[in-house]
Amino acid sequence: MVLERVMEKLSILADAAKYDVSCSSSQSNRKNKDNGLGNAKGYGICHSYTEDGRCVSLLKILLTNHCIFDCAYCVSRKSNDVKRAAFTVQEVVDLTIGFYRRNYIEGLFLSSGIFDNPDYTMERLVRIAKKLRLEENFNGYIHLKAIPGASDELLQQAGMYADRLSVNVEMPTEKSLKLLAPDKNHIDVIKPMEYLKNEIVGHKEEKKHNYKAPIFAPAGQSTQMVIGATQENDMEILGMANYFYDQMNMRRVYYSGYVPISYDTRLPAIGTPVPMIRENRLYQADWLIRLYGFNVNEIVGFDQPNLDLDIDPKLGWALRNMNQFPVDVNTADLELIKRIPGIGFLSAKKIVAARKFKKLVPQDLQKLGIAYTRAKYFLAFATPFQLQKDLTSIQIKNHILDTQKSKYKNDFSNQLALF
Amino acid sequence: MTQIIYDGTYEGWVTAVFEIYEYKLKDIVFAQNEASADLLFSTNHIVITDEVKVKRVLSGLQKRLSKNGFQGLYNAFLSETNKVEEIMFRYIQYVLLSPVNVEDDFGNNDVLELRKAIRLTGKEAHRMEAFVRFQLTKDQLYYAIVEPDCNVLPLIENHFKSRYADQRWLIYDAKRKYGIYYDLKSVSTVALQFNTETNSSKFLAEISDEGEELFQDLWRNYFKSVNIESRKNTKLHLQHMPKRYWKNLTEKIPDIKGRV
Repeated sequence: MVLERVMEKLSILADAAKYDVSCSSSQSNRKNKDNGLGNAKGYGICHSYTEDGRCVSLLKILLTNHCIFDCAYCVSRKSNDVKRAAFTVQEVVDLTIGFYRRNYIEGLFLSSGIFDNPDYTMERLVRIAKKLRLEENFNGYIHLKAIPGASDELLQQAGMYADRLSVNVEMPTEKSLKLLAPDKNHIDVIKPMEYLKNEIVGHKEEKKHNYKAPIFAPAGQSTQMVIGATQENDMEILGMANYFYDQMNMRRVYYSGYVPISYDTRLPAIGTPVPMIRENRLYQADWLIRLYGFNVNEIVGFDQPNLDLDIDPKLGWALRNMNQFPVDVNTADLELIKRIPGIGFLSAKKIVAARKFKKLVPQDLQKLGIAYTRAKYFLAFATPFQLQKDLTSIQIKNHILDTQKSKYKNDFSNQLALF
Repeated sequence: MTQIIYDGTYEGWVTAVFEIYEYKLKDIVFAQNEASADLLFSTNHIVITDEVKVKRVLSGLQKRLSKNGFQGLYNAFLSETNKVEEIMFRYIQYVLLSPVNVEDDFGNNDVLELRKAIRLTGKEAHRMEAFVRFQLTKDQLYYAIVEPDCNVLPLIENHFKSRYADQRWLIYDAKRKYGIYYDLKSVSTVALQFNTETNSSKFLAEISDEGEELFQDLWRNYFKSVNIESRKNTKLHLQHMPKRYWKNLTEKIPDIKGRV
């Protein structure tokens, strides 16, 4: 490796890749083959954390930031005056193996600007994955971007070597896409998603009947939407996410709060704060949909198209549905206990396990580690007085807001002052 | 009060459990290797690890606990948290008394405390799977120094063995003064006194493979480049990567030339 050059390329191409928020390395159980190098852990491992608190699990880089497109929200857009660079295939392989052997990373997340044409770009990405798998006997995690417009044959090959594939939808609606990336259409990203879905489902089915059948992107596919660059409300965003989960078998949809990088008047100006609270609330809502059995229309609707910023969506739902409470944790179904604000997925399971041994009292719940100060308004216990008895939703909300120390409190006063 | 003095190993502790029942000892506290001077009025009971007794206790527990619960007891021991031996003992008493499996009885304090110790060990093991940073020496050994809160090397051995099957490696626990070493065939435990000056630039230059410095610099460079300045969140950063781990994390220490 020619030292300085690789060092510089790494700064440029890691910097350009960092706005892709996915860094998951989970959900693949690739085994170490023939005493080779590496394996993938179903639970994923974050090897480090950046100073912004995000997980570093993979070597996340662009193959190149040269791009023929001019999408306004993208730092690598054609018209942007940034330093350009491109890795060679061998450089990416060497970096991945060198980092992996030192236990810095779980594997590689390779994306790219589109140079020349989609097939040409995709072919390079596939070649790197193939080389890692076949020549280096590398069994660690590989996440490849599926380039919209690339041929089915290349996507097919990508799935044979990668653990996860992703196509980023970027803009939640066609309208925004047309505004910021006039050269692109939503259908261009939906098409490869659909192809991948069918391949993933098909290979999985085949594997059931024949254990020797090849695996295809065992960690499935994911996508990302940029939040706050355009005017969509949370209902539109979560509706889109719901469509991806339902129709595309997406493992994850990522929400990326827009980091202002451009003086383009179509976009929030440089210096506008990253909408981190909103991003956080969207992830919470996403979790409720995927793991807590909520329907998207229970969380947002036409009467309430945006998530509350000051309280989490589960509490928001509970306050709108006080008729469901109080809940007696000693008798209620697990599904209902999971819906109580302040009680998480794991605590709910613990409660259901522990109540077989004795009738649980508030002290037991507190020790279990639930957020009791929040949950108490929604719990029924045979205590002399019931805390939640005469309180209205608004009173409960204010009580809870008074007692909690929000990590975003400062951001709030800022934001409110802006409006 | 009886002070039970054992050798500090899990087997030693299990032997002690046997003898507490055997001699009907009451009001016990555990001590490792030597009696604590704080307990002036206690009598001492010294335990010699005994394989037969270990087997009897463990097979009894195996019958009453799930596979996870049985492994969990050992993991709780590795947590080395304050009073964990006493918690484990009260837990075992409860297990042996009860006609049904009580592992999930979280309304019981000892069950809950034991579960916490298990979680702590698990968390630390997971952290070490993440925070080990290998450095390559001239003779192609990948070595790493760690200082985990819990004694987790026995729990991460298999992870590293199956992942790095084609490279020789050594992970050394500087707190507990032992390491695990993989020789391309199997993992063995090695006790060695590691030079505490191992981070000095002179020492590193002498033993390191010629590509080592480059990869460390590349990694530091990468770590800096992926940070998004406008999203800075120091509290979250510290929560995930507490300062006590930094001295063994390549990305958190200055490059080799910058060290004394």
